[in-house]
Amino acid sequence: MGKYILRRLIIALPSLLGISLVLFVLLALAPGDPFGELATNSNIPPEVREALRVKFGIDDPIFVRYLHWLVAMLHGDWGFSFSSRIDVDKLILQRVPTTLFVVGSSQLLALAVALPVGVYAAMRPYSIFDQIANTFAFVGFSLPTFFTGLLLILIFSVNLGWLPFVYRVDIPATGWHWYWEYFKQGIMPVAVLGLFQAASYTRYVRSAVLDVIRLDYVTTARSKGIGEGKVVIKHVVRNALIPVVTLVALQMPAVFGGAIVTEQIFRIPGIGSLLITSILANDTPVIMAVTFVFACLVVVFNLLADIIYGWLDPRISYR
Amino acid sequence: MAGLTHASPIAEIAVPLEGRPRRISPGFEAWRKFRRHRMAVASVVILALLAAAVLLGPLVWRLPINEIDFTARLSSPSWEHPFGTDDLGQDLLARMLYGGRISLAVGFAAMTVAIIAGTLIGAISGISRGSVDAVLMWITDLFLALPQLPLLLLVIYLFRDFLKAWLGPEGGVFILVVLVIGAFRWMPVARLVRAQFLSLREKEFVEAARALGATTPRLVLRHILPNSLGPVIVAGTIDVAAAIIAESTLSFLGLGFPPDIPTWGRLLFDAKDYLDIAPHWALFAGAAIFLTVLAINFIGDGLRDALDPRKVM
Repeated sequence: MGKYILRRLIIALPSLLGISLVLFVLLALAPGDPFGELATNSNIPPEVREALRVKFGIDDPIFVRYLHWLVAMLHGDWGFSFSSRIDVDKLILQRVPTTLFVVGSSQLLALAVALPVGVYAAMRPYSIFDQIANTFAFVGFSLPTFFTGLLLILIFSVNLGWLPFVYRVDIPATGWHWYWEYFKQGIMPVAVLGLFQAASYTRYVRSAVLDVIRLDYVTTARSKGIGEGKVVIKHVVRNALIPVVTLVALQMPAVFGGAIVTEQIFRIPGIGSLLITSILANDTPVIMAVTFVFACLVVVFNLLADIIYGWLDPRISYR
Repeated sequence: MAGLTHASPIAEIAVPLEGRPRRISPGFEAWRKFRRHRMAVASVVILALLAAAVLLGPLVWRLPINEIDFTARLSSPSWEHPFGTDDLGQDLLARMLYGGRISLAVGFAAMTVAIIAGTLIGAISGISRGSVDAVLMWITDLFLALPQLPLLLLVIYLFRDFLKAWLGPEGGVFILVVLVIGAFRWMPVARLVRAQFLSLREKEFVEAARALGATTPRLVLRHILPNSLGPVIVAGTIDVAAAIIAESTLSFLGLGFPPDIPTWGRLLFDAKDYLDIAPHWALFAGAAIFLTVLAINFIGDGLRDALDPRKVM
């Protein structure tokens, strides 16, 4: 298993490099001099400007610039935010935990809904329950997150007044009360993101279980006299989960995209809303770094999926 | 060339022996299967109505989209303004009809870009063996792992001003949004096409055509590609929905079309600060996006039943 994880890590590295290359090429192709805003400012004397151009290496060949940029990124030297006046890596580190909390709990919610519903629907295909679940799944992934977010705010914050619609980091409370407030402000963002994902996951789970449940080994397990619950959980679900994990890993980019939207709606101070504010403020170093962090997060979650994959199907990790 | 003519005499001999059944074309067969999916048929009707409304609606509902009337600020739906008005007193029905054109146009144009790019890459990858295939598939996997929305935002941030200066605010943003959304949606199509190519190119009819001396381009265009289009059509349908959502998301984040072009996402973006006093503003625009996307997804499901016997996700 250790060897397998190491191998997946080594495979993940080129894709990170590829992503950094895509990012850098985009930046280099862009018209104008995004990093050169200081260098073109007329209040700065020409010799300082020249020194800045040399420092940023704007006149170097593109390959050299890429290497410089990559080395700097690896050293953790991600530049300086134009608008927030602090180092980019500090700014991002402050924001990442909030994003991970929201994304992580929404994924847990999505799986907690999708697994039982999908399995139950597949055990009774074309029953009323299956049809209702299927309709809800269709409605669920046709409802864009920005609209459900606004709907939930309209219902639970504006009309009912139950939940706060602005996410706060500094809650003025202590002890249990703090946890309660924290929980309350997380409900809507996590529900928006989680239920949207749950809709598509339900369909994945249903079709994966349907593929497995008629196989001979399941009949064998039943005929041995194992209870239906045990057959489903130990024999069916474990094998059905293998394709589901692949599809969930493929959904990761979309999940982080959804996180940007939810963070923007509920004003959650995560890296998604940081991305939007820095785009509106033309803060190029932060934009580049946040995009790269998103790419890294996607790669990390894919790696996680690979590890779960190896655990579900030990044959994969021995290959 | 003679790829198919050779096979037909045999078929003509065989048919009379079975009493010549009524010939059913593949298109008719697909329509028969599609018709059985009731939600999909209903969705076709709904989508056709929506398209007709945004195309012909402005001819009937002649209120201008930018007529400012402060006496009717944020008014609820009424006979004068069936969908109410926004914070400047502009008629929302007129704005939604206009914005719907853009949203639907972006959806279909981006789908076309995605399908063309995906089919091209998938076909090249599927027909060529070895390193070309490996490199193209590596690129496909890389694109699948890219965080799409952040990159979409990044590209729009970097290239927006340039294209605006070149093609004007409306056209520039339209082309940018379509190209970028298309550029992030081609990968599933490429994979589907490649998978189809890999299995089809070993089939007897392709081998027969090859043995008769068909060139590779002819093999691809006449024999393999037409047979691999079913799953591509299904994926393309789903792509329209995804592109409409992507465009609305961009506009909702305030980074899509400029404020004077009221796409449905932009309407939601403007409406979100007035949720407490004018909920109708957000509800109509959101419902329009939802209805369109739901209809397209159902049509995609129906097409999958009709065209794609493998029922892949």
